Amino acid sequence: MLTFIGLGLFDESDVSVRGMDVIRSADTVFLEVYTSVLTGASIERLEACYGKKITPLYREDVEIHADKILDAAESGNAVFLTAGDSMIATTHSDLRIRAADRNIQTKIIHGASITTAVCGLSGLQNYRFGKSVSVPFPYGKWFPMTPIEVISANLKENLHTLVFLDIQKDKERYMKISEAVDLLEEQARRVDAKIPLYVGIARAGSPDPAVHAGSAEEMKSFDFGSPLHILIVPATLHDIEREYLERFAGLC
Amino acid sequence: MVERITELMNDPEHIRNIGIVAHIDHGKTTLSDNLLSGAGMISEELSGKACWMDSDEEEQARGITIDASNVSMIHMVGNHEYLINMIDTPGHVDFGGDVTRAMRAVDGAVVVVDAVEGPMPQTETVLRQALKEGVHPVLFINKVDRLINELKVNPQEMMIRLGKVIDKVNKLIKGMNEDLYTNGGWKLDAMKGNVAFGSALYNWAISIPYMKKSGVTLQTVIDKCNEGDSKYLAKASPLHAVLLDMVVTFLPNPLQAQGKRCHIIWHGDVESPIGKAMYACDANGPVAMMITDISFDKHAGEVATGRLFSGTLTRGQEVFISGTAGKPNRLQGVGIFMGPTRVEVDKIVAGNIAAVTGLSDAIVGSTVTSLKDMTPFESLKHYSEPVMTVAVEAKNMKDLPKLIEVLHQVGKEDPTVRININEETGEHLIAGMGELHLEVVTGRIKRDKGVEIVTSPPIVVYRETVSKPLEGTVEGKSPNRHNRFFMSVEPMPEEILKAIQSSEISMNMENIARRDALVALGMDKDEAKSVKDIYGSNMFIDCTKGIQYLNETMELIIDGIHEALDGGPLADEQVQNVLIKLHDVKLHEDAIHRGPGQVIPAVRGGMKAALLMAGDTLLEPMQKIQITVPQDQMGAAISQIQGRRGQLSTTESEGDQIVVNGEAPVAELFGFAGDIRSATEGRAMWSTEFAGFSPVPQGMLSEIVMGIRKRKGLKEQIPTPKDYLE
Repeated sequence: MLTFIGLGLFDESDVSVRGMDVIRSADTVFLEVYTSVLTGASIERLEACYGKKITPLYREDVEIHADKILDAAESGNAVFLTAGDSMIATTHSDLRIRAADRNIQTKIIHGASITTAVCGLSGLQNYRFGKSVSVPFPYGKWFPMTPIEVISANLKENLHTLVFLDIQKDKERYMKISEAVDLLEEQARRVDAKIPLYVGIARAGSPDPAVHAGSAEEMKSFDFGSPLHILIVPATLHDIEREYLERFAGLC
Repeated sequence: MVERITELMNDPEHIRNIGIVAHIDHGKTTLSDNLLSGAGMISEELSGKACWMDSDEEEQARGITIDASNVSMIHMVGNHEYLINMIDTPGHVDFGGDVTRAMRAVDGAVVVVDAVEGPMPQTETVLRQALKEGVHPVLFINKVDRLINELKVNPQEMMIRLGKVIDKVNKLIKGMNEDLYTNGGWKLDAMKGNVAFGSALYNWAISIPYMKKSGVTLQTVIDKCNEGDSKYLAKASPLHAVLLDMVVTFLPNPLQAQGKRCHIIWHGDVESPIGKAMYACDANGPVAMMITDISFDKHAGEVATGRLFSGTLTRGQEVFISGTAGKPNRLQGVGIFMGPTRVEVDKIVAGNIAAVTGLSDAIVGSTVTSLKDMTPFESLKHYSEPVMTVAVEAKNMKDLPKLIEVLHQVGKEDPTVRININEETGEHLIAGMGELHLEVVTGRIKRDKGVEIVTSPPIVVYRETVSKPLEGTVEGKSPNRHNRFFMSVEPMPEEILKAIQSSEISMNMENIARRDALVALGMDKDEAKSVKDIYGSNMFIDCTKGIQYLNETMELIIDGIHEALDGGPLADEQVQNVLIKLHDVKLHEDAIHRGPGQVIPAVRGGMKAALLMAGDTLLEPMQKIQITVPQDQMGAAISQIQGRRGQLSTTESEGDQIVVNGEAPVAELFGFAGDIRSATEGRAMWSTEFAGFSPVPQGMLSEIVMGIRKRKGLKEQIPTPKDYLE
């Protein structure tokens, strides 16, 4: 049996009670550590809390040598932990298919995801979001224009865009809101588009999240503090959405 | 002298940019030195043995020219002075890269041939290099004194002998470019005057037009040589006067030459301002300069030499270097070369060969321009390729940083050297054209750069290529399996391969021109317009249609292909002559999930599997060998070729000598020089020349592959496609 468990957003206490029970009774506990991170807890804290030895999994372990995980799931109860929810921003659907290929039973225990947390923190209505997009760190000549294309298409339909910022766990590199805004503004310049408003969110799910709405300039000067950061490009605001941002995100 | 030169530099009509090319030992350097002395640049007694052009200690010690060197001189014809910018080039085949570079800078070439030996294999090679660049030839037949003093010919026999040499060279020229031979004035004709005869060593020459001026006839030449009075000839019919008259009369000035040559060396838009300026050699146009040489001067630092095709260079000017996205470079100094010394001038106009400082981003082959987005010049094509590698290590660990710096410098100075620096293993590889070339390069690191190094014995460089088309396609999957690339590989069609190698087809061309050229070579029109990359002699075509996000992913796909081509699956050697097609692609919706970490390994793995499935095999470098021996040594010479997995192509008798021609793998030629000497009692004359890559015999393939894999620390097992597809 392979159980995918979302740990939620911040520390060891964000997992559901049912999730916790399954972890405590598991034979093997894997933690995926390359797509996201629980900023509030180290592996040692998680081990102490769940009373289990945790095996960290890097990109290669999941993408290339998945057999190790599947072997454990075949012979016993294995759990596969991720920060947030295992199937949302990260993409572990492939692992579930591989498990099914080997006739291994699978289950999902959901966790709080950043995609829902941002709605609560910004007051922007979930119904009004279009396609999500992420902004990668440029690499050599590779500078994808997908983000501005998606944002423009959403704005045209009057839909908000959730913008994920790149995490390069192996290099300890987490994209900041100011960096992302620079990249987006450069993309907007190239296609002659304009992004009228941003909402920046830092450390969603933690006791001290930061939320701030404003222009590109304001995003760059506002101090959001430590990672993880995420952005929303809102469409025209509904009255309640505007009022919420004014109250909780410094919109003026 | 310098003042007169700088004055003439502004008047392209009276400039000739020339190179001297020849087979080794046919007397190029002696000729250059005597031309200089005639033009008043070095004293007369010194010339003939001074080897002023051979400025490198190594060159003087070995008595051969290693680097191309430049010099400017003045010659009077009629009532006008002419500025002649001359580049002396090496004749030894190991240094063929220098010849190609020099030919890019000049408009005309003096081909030097030994009267006794006639045209040799390297005469053919250097001539081909010149003509490919659109450089106009004239002929100087050297060592005529040997015909008289050693072979005792009479005037009639001499005419026949010289006529034969001219015929042979004409045959070569005609074979290389029949059109320009017939219609472009490239045909050599003693009566017309684009052929001269003489002795560079004794400083005299004759040509039919000059005979009328000087009254010196063939009979005079024979008589004076028999009397041992070559001084008379040097006075009455001096080498420099005859030769430079010929140069001025028959070789084109930059204005004439650039109109005819530019389409060969530059494939941008002819109607653009820069195109028009280059065709017209316009000093008021944008700057367009091609760097053909980089040397290091103790005082000035890095000196970049090259041909200025358009515009004017002045000190302090800002210019862009093609291929570097960065900031402009500022010209710190502008000058010309007079032998080994560089003379600063105020400005240099289009049509000249300039030596400038301050271009820190330039390498040999760079395009230097005042425009931000100029189409670069065609890259320099080398007819020989690196066939041997040595590994070098610093003797003292503390020299390591310096060694790396020096290796970068060496790579900048000599584009035929390939440097591979591996900071992880500390193993640094230098690939070069042959044993001698590598000896000179490593010797220079020790001597000039003062770094003590240890070098490994030389190792042969191999290549990989496919032997049949892949059946169907291969599916390369990204590590997260959300991105898939369906590709195929096949051997490059012969005609297209030739066009790539001769740069008739390149990525610098306008898309439509490239498409039309490929269609003319038989490629399907849809494919011809979808060429995304040419890498070495490999080509990549995108056959997909309308796939979202593919455009912004293309750079990563090309990176992945390059990684596979830089080291094939068989033995991690460079892959060549492969046509790669992309048939279908599945991409993840989100850019991060189709980033470099996903796309590059997917494409690289797919490519390597595809290469294996298409019969990836090993190619080894071959060398043409020509041996001239007395009749009774013929057997020994032939067995020297046959004993080395060689193929005999022809044996011809020339007088009492036999000329044996053949081809053998470089891998078997270690120690050839010593063996042939002892086998023929030192009576063989021989030369070798790069002859391309040929498949390794099937029976030896696995042994050689395993040898390479072991040496490189790879798994000692030939991989299977499956190893790359999971």
